[in-house]
Amino acid sequence: MRPYAAILSMRFRALLQYRAAAVAGFGTQLFWGLIRMMIFLAFYENSSAKTPMNVEQVVAYVWLGQAFLLLIPFRSDQELEQLIRTGNVAYELLRPVDLFNFWYSRAIATRFAPTMLRSIPLLIIATLAGWIHWGGLPSIAAGIAALAAATLLSAAISTIMTITIFWTISGKGINSLLTTLSYFFSGLIVPLPLFPDFLQPLLNFLPFRGLGDVPFRLLIGQMPAGELPMLLAHQLGWTIALVLFGRWLLRRAMAKLIIQGG
Amino acid sequence: MPQIVVEKLVKTFHVAERTPGLWGAFAGLVKRRHRIVTALNGVSFSLEAGELLGYIGPNGAGKSTTVKILSGILVPDSGNVEVLGLNPWKSRIKVVRKIGVVFGQRTQLWWDLPVIESFDLLREIYRIPQDQYMSNKNELVELLNLSVLLDTPVRQLSLGQRMRCDLAAALLHSPEIVYLDEPTIGLDAVSKLAVRDFIKKLNRERRVTIILTTHDMDDIEALCNRVLVINEGNILTDGTLANLRKMVTTERRLTVVLVNEDGDITDPDAEVISREGRYVTLRFDPESIPPAELIARIVANHEISDLFVENPPIEEVIAKIYGSAAR
Amino acid sequence: MVNVVDAISLYFKYIGISIRAQMQYRASFILLASGQFLTTAIEFLGIWALFDRFKSLAGWRLEEVALFYGLVHIAFAISESVGRGFDIFPNLIKSGEFDRLLLRPRSTVLQVAALELQLMRIGRFTQGLIILIWAASVLNIEWTLARIALTIFAIIGGACLFTGLFVLEATLAFWTIETLEIVNTVTYGGTETAQYPLSIYRPWFRKFFTYVVPLACISYFPALAILGHPDPIAGSPSWFRWVAPLVGILFLIISLQVWKFGVRYYRSTGS
Repeated sequence: MRPYAAILSMRFRALLQYRAAAVAGFGTQLFWGLIRMMIFLAFYENSSAKTPMNVEQVVAYVWLGQAFLLLIPFRSDQELEQLIRTGNVAYELLRPVDLFNFWYSRAIATRFAPTMLRSIPLLIIATLAGWIHWGGLPSIAAGIAALAAATLLSAAISTIMTITIFWTISGKGINSLLTTLSYFFSGLIVPLPLFPDFLQPLLNFLPFRGLGDVPFRLLIGQMPAGELPMLLAHQLGWTIALVLFGRWLLRRAMAKLIIQGG
Repeated sequence: MPQIVVEKLVKTFHVAERTPGLWGAFAGLVKRRHRIVTALNGVSFSLEAGELLGYIGPNGAGKSTTVKILSGILVPDSGNVEVLGLNPWKSRIKVVRKIGVVFGQRTQLWWDLPVIESFDLLREIYRIPQDQYMSNKNELVELLNLSVLLDTPVRQLSLGQRMRCDLAAALLHSPEIVYLDEPTIGLDAVSKLAVRDFIKKLNRERRVTIILTTHDMDDIEALCNRVLVINEGNILTDGTLANLRKMVTTERRLTVVLVNEDGDITDPDAEVISREGRYVTLRFDPESIPPAELIARIVANHEISDLFVENPPIEEVIAKIYGSAAR
Repeated sequence: MVNVVDAISLYFKYIGISIRAQMQYRASFILLASGQFLTTAIEFLGIWALFDRFKSLAGWRLEEVALFYGLVHIAFAISESVGRGFDIFPNLIKSGEFDRLLLRPRSTVLQVAALELQLMRIGRFTQGLIILIWAASVLNIEWTLARIALTIFAIIGGACLFTGLFVLEATLAFWTIETLEIVNTVTYGGTETAQYPLSIYRPWFRKFFTYVVPLACISYFPALAILGHPDPIAGSPSWFRWVAPLVGILFLIISLQVWKFGVRYYRSTGS
């Protein structure tokens, strides 16, 4: 367990160094949040359409999306990508640790640290401004559990993204697709309940809702906290499936590496 | 009329400091500490056209800062510089048109392009008239043996090949002054000689003024009549190599090759400073005993198969100069 | 005058090299371009989904919003492609390559702009063009020569504005080596903002995007004139809408002055 904890800590510290980026990130998200909030307000204000979420809920959803934006798997790990492309990844094999776990721990830290940094000030501001109406204590507890699961899920996806780089060109293609799908189907672009009704079954099935939609709706109480077990099962089920897939993919990549001599 | 005049250059830098550890990382988010570093502390010198100046000093002494100011990249805090009658940082474009700069560690050529295409691009950048370009290019290609390399992408060249191409590239526009920053660093022996030879030709035959920054003392000994030693922003010495030596020591070295490996050399006026198998090196002061006399005495008293007299290695001389300045 | 022609010819020589280099990696180019096409298309899908549910946005129909969308994305794609040199500029500072640019007897702006013409941005460009053409065909616009000219003018003004933002972003690199997202906020965030009619936003927001980062001048105002739509928030004389894109060009000119200031700062503090 120790080497994985060490990686987490080291990564965390490295990510804290970028001071200006941290401040700018906050400003960026604030801005984006405002834009999207205004767009949705404009849609709601001038329409009498029936909607599965009321405007307060959508606004809260938008702000939660900004706060936890960094949870979404954006791309493969850049340092690891470099290692793979140059073939130096062979050195990673020299370490006495399970490579997937090593990379997975790293991915968890990479998701967790920046998200934590950026979410707290944004959440404070959004709450103070009255943009987020939190659900009760059970809802928040459920939401936090879902966020933890979301982190594990997201790390699994981004680790897979890193592994696809072993197949460079097609890997990059898959990653770009995965990123787009992650953002879109997690509700970051349009809150999932607002999509046409015929799409809902698909949206509920896919893993991506576990990255954003699920924790957000729990936190604001739009989904009752009682539904947590089912939702958690969905998130963790997909996480496990993706981890298993990732491990299999990595084995294939390693085999390819050894055959090709790196 | 000196071609380059440097007067009382002063340049300081602000360097950010970081505190280690996790707490330091958080603290760093809030406040940064700065350190002021004086790179140049009133540097002055001047060069006539056609001089070849060796510019030496330990790392961080201020050499690159000087070169950057001379080429207009950097503006000093105070002081004055005139290159070909112009102020480099005020008239950047006019000045860089007439100078060439080669950095030993960074190429100016385009990494993915064949060498000849880099040259072509430079022709357009410097607006070199076609006939001047052709004649310069052909001459440089011949002098530096580049004809087989012209179609090779720069990234595929060895260090020695790349340096020769970089030298050519810097001269395509017929600059009157050239700054060479560590041009022989990392090169194999053959390439070093080729580069040195080229630099010598450039200076002696084409009268190009050259400032050569280097850590390689063989470069200095082979090429420079005049040497400028800088340390911690201050010029320590400015003069010929011979004077430099004299400043530190008049000592000379005598290396003797014994016939018998277990022989021994003793002499009242010379001190043994090293011994390797049959090679014994002694040091002596030619002002207390003339070399001829010492040699005669040693040959008379010992069985010698060969001997030679040398100056102390220039590295030692320089190190002594840095050292005495530190005190 | 000779200088300008000379500079342009040098620019094209550089660009030729950049294009040839990108074409060498054809598979990668196709991948990236398709990827960008898909990503941007999917965002429009989001907009479509919202209109499917809400039917209208503060009185604006999907087809009208599509016009705004198309103008902005085409302009942005052009500047993403042309301004790429400025986008990657921080790397030049980090690697010390910028010093080499200063050692050449050419303007730094020219050298940085000429670094790359990023072809893959054709992904966003194509997607924006498709939406624009769809909107143009579906809306009842009288396509006079003036309106066509205004459309092109708006796109050019928009490309200049966004490129100006990239220049400002690059200029920041002189002061800090850390990558700042602030300008990304304004470029990508600005695109997201301007793809909707400005009238839907709060007054202070509209003011920011009219007077500080004048996106309104390259999307909202020209689009109003093209649509022949009255301004719901009033306050803009109708003649202005026809010349508004000029502001985008002015913005670029101002950004270049700020860049010059940045270069001066860099040369007095060193790396």
